[in-house]
Amino acid sequence: MTTRPPETSLTLVTFSIGPQVLAISASLLREIIEPLPQTRVPGAGPFAPSVLNVRGAVVPLADLRIPLGIEDAGPPDRRPDARRFLVIEVEVGSERTLAAIIADAVHEVTALDAGTILPLPATSPWPADFLLGICHGKDGFVLLPDLAAIFTTMSQHSVAA
Amino acid sequence: MTDDMDSIFREELRDLLESLEKGLMDLRVRPGDGPLVDQVFRDLHTVKGSGAMFGFADLAAFIHDFETAFDRVRSGLAPVTPELIRLALAARDEIPGLVEGRTDPDGRRDAILAALRAATADPVAAGTDPAGAGTLESMVSGADRPAPGAQVLSFRLNGAALALGARPEILLRELRDLGAQDIRAHLDGLPDLSDLDVDACHVRWTATLPAAVTPAQVEEVFLFADADWSVAAPAATQASQAAPEAAGQPQPPALAALGSDPAAGTAPSAQGAAATVRVPAERLDALMDSVGELVTVEARLTELARQSRDPAMMATAEQVTRLAARLREATMTMRMVPMRSLVARFRRLIHGLSDSLGKPVSFVVLGEETELDKTVIEKLADPLVHVLRNAIDHGMETPAERLAAGKTAEGRIELSAAHAGGEVLVRVRDDGRGMNATRIRAKAVERGLIAADATLTEAQVLALVFEPGFSTTDTVTELSGRGVGMDVVKRTIEGLRGKIDIESAPGSGTTVTLRLPLTLAIIEGLLIEVAGERYTLPLSTVQEIMKLPDDRAAASRTRDFLEVRGHMVPFLRLRTLFHCDGEPGAEQNVVVLQSGDERLGVVVDHIIGTNQTVIKQMSMLHSDARCISGATILGDGSVALIIDVAHLMAADRRGPAREAA
Repeated sequence: MTTRPPETSLTLVTFSIGPQVLAISASLLREIIEPLPQTRVPGAGPFAPSVLNVRGAVVPLADLRIPLGIEDAGPPDRRPDARRFLVIEVEVGSERTLAAIIADAVHEVTALDAGTILPLPATSPWPADFLLGICHGKDGFVLLPDLAAIFTTMSQHSVAA
Repeated sequence: MTDDMDSIFREELRDLLESLEKGLMDLRVRPGDGPLVDQVFRDLHTVKGSGAMFGFADLAAFIHDFETAFDRVRSGLAPVTPELIRLALAARDEIPGLVEGRTDPDGRRDAILAALRAATADPVAAGTDPAGAGTLESMVSGADRPAPGAQVLSFRLNGAALALGARPEILLRELRDLGAQDIRAHLDGLPDLSDLDVDACHVRWTATLPAAVTPAQVEEVFLFADADWSVAAPAATQASQAAPEAAGQPQPPALAALGSDPAAGTAPSAQGAAATVRVPAERLDALMDSVGELVTVEARLTELARQSRDPAMMATAEQVTRLAARLREATMTMRMVPMRSLVARFRRLIHGLSDSLGKPVSFVVLGEETELDKTVIEKLADPLVHVLRNAIDHGMETPAERLAAGKTAEGRIELSAAHAGGEVLVRVRDDGRGMNATRIRAKAVERGLIAADATLTEAQVLALVFEPGFSTTDTVTELSGRGVGMDVVKRTIEGLRGKIDIESAPGSGTTVTLRLPLTLAIIEGLLIEVAGERYTLPLSTVQEIMKLPDDRAAASRTRDFLEVRGHMVPFLRLRTLFHCDGEPGAEQNVVVLQSGDERLGVVVDHIIGTNQTVIKQMSMLHSDARCISGATILGDGSVALIIDVAHLMAADRRGPAREAA
């Protein structure tokens, strides 16, 4: 438990969207906040339908269910007040910007050996372009979303629409 | 410190070069303008002075010769000719290279200087008009008439001159250039080691100067040094000279003031602008950010005070509101820059294009004192260059064509800037051949931009040149239009929350109008509510507010119109446009907006009131929400979106069917 993580370890934050556990690098995470009032943006797509005021900054709220194709609601016993927004710093195109992503629950900060990250199996149902890989967690697979790829693609997608 | 000084010098140099360029371009038009010649000379002199002060010896030497040429012009010994202006501009262009320390392997600099010398060669010596030139010389330089015989100069540097960056060796070198001989350092003022102030210069110098050196020349040497100096003429010549440099006297009061003015050492261009402080742009940006936050917090405070119903609290909040408004005003004023700073560049561009295309053009600038936010000014340069280049390249006919059309051979391009409400209008007007709407239309159909049978007004046809993919270079020239990259111009202007219009009359010219917001940071907004959601409209676009007549309350399938003071104004319902749920209440309001010549009513549920709106940019993720130009944070901490009026009008034109995004 207390052994120092090896050099190649990553610090990850794990959270759930529906039934799926995901993990992102803690270095991208600015803060975890309780849900705030949102302002709907007319004409915006389903990926980022609204904006929030996060400490004086106007930040888009993004829903990873859309690019990752997660539809299930998740376990029925999950408390609705477990919902959190993860405020992240992400590269959209060549610009660094703040964004918030919706998590149905946030679990823990964990160190992971980079070697245990596996490439996506060819038969997986997930969009490979949007994932850095998967790894084994306590309760099954953990997805590592490629936030830069997701946000860049979704913003271009929205321009074209 | 050194880096600081260096950047101050470079910044100043940039301004000086701009001023120099403008002076030269103006001089080309008004060759006989004496004050203008003086201005050019002064600019050159300041560049030389600061160059020497900051150790750019090559620069100083180069400018010295450049300056000498203009000194002859100033003294009336040489005329201002187009050739001289051309050479002077070429010489000016060498200056940045000299500062960067670039070498001049082709000897271009020397060639320019030689040509400048030749261009200002003495017409007296050439025997053209000895009498006339002679009287002129005596008129101009009478006060500077040199004393016969050698003179003795004595000087010392004052106070903490060394700490302030004075360089005695440069002063001495300049004196040597004047022909100073027998330069001696006198150490009699040197204190004991224990009393030695290392920042002070304890050495006094004396030198013998040739008789031809005038006090003005000596003054030039000490212009930027905090020095006490005096010139003593030998007693024998005193009687013949009633001039102020009489022996034994300290320098005349005017010179004393210059020589001992400590500000002169740190801010060479400070004369006439002594109360100006240079501030790095990013500090102003940081200040503006803080003011923006303050305005947001102030809104929150006002809201809390209102809820508390505590009179003392409310009074304090009111005071904070007033202070925040004043601070905001002051900060915005600080960021304002006159158009003038851009114009010098344009003069040069027009001049160059006019020469290379063989189309003589007079370039008239109106309202160059009009001020705009510095961010807007910076981003305006490229689009304006584009528009101006198009005007002369494609809009302007050749002199022969112009004469055939009954116009003057010389074309006219006018750049004007003026305030209009909350906007600044920047206009480029030419009297060229104008645009051919029929051919533009044909081209647009060919390119698949419009259907062959589309009904478009003439303005809409002209606006097609802004469509991406409308033009390529060959088609435009052939089209007698403009449009090279006009889509880029349009995008840039829209990025500044501005608008671009184009008007043209075949045969008599084209006018491109850019409408720009005064500032990008904070605007006055009108807060409205639609289906429980709050939005801000830029107050500068709001014309009037009225009740929606009952007979128009229900949504219709066609475009709606409303009579506003005898005019039919189209209107749209934000509820429909923004796909809001629910039904409107019994009473709805119409806000009549104006942008350019266009008016549009928007139906909203409630008017909440005006507010200071600190504009926050929307992220890239929302670039598709075209009717939204930004967001702002309200007093209760929630976010209200700012409606983009220009896009709203475009959405209305496209018709209800495609309203949404």
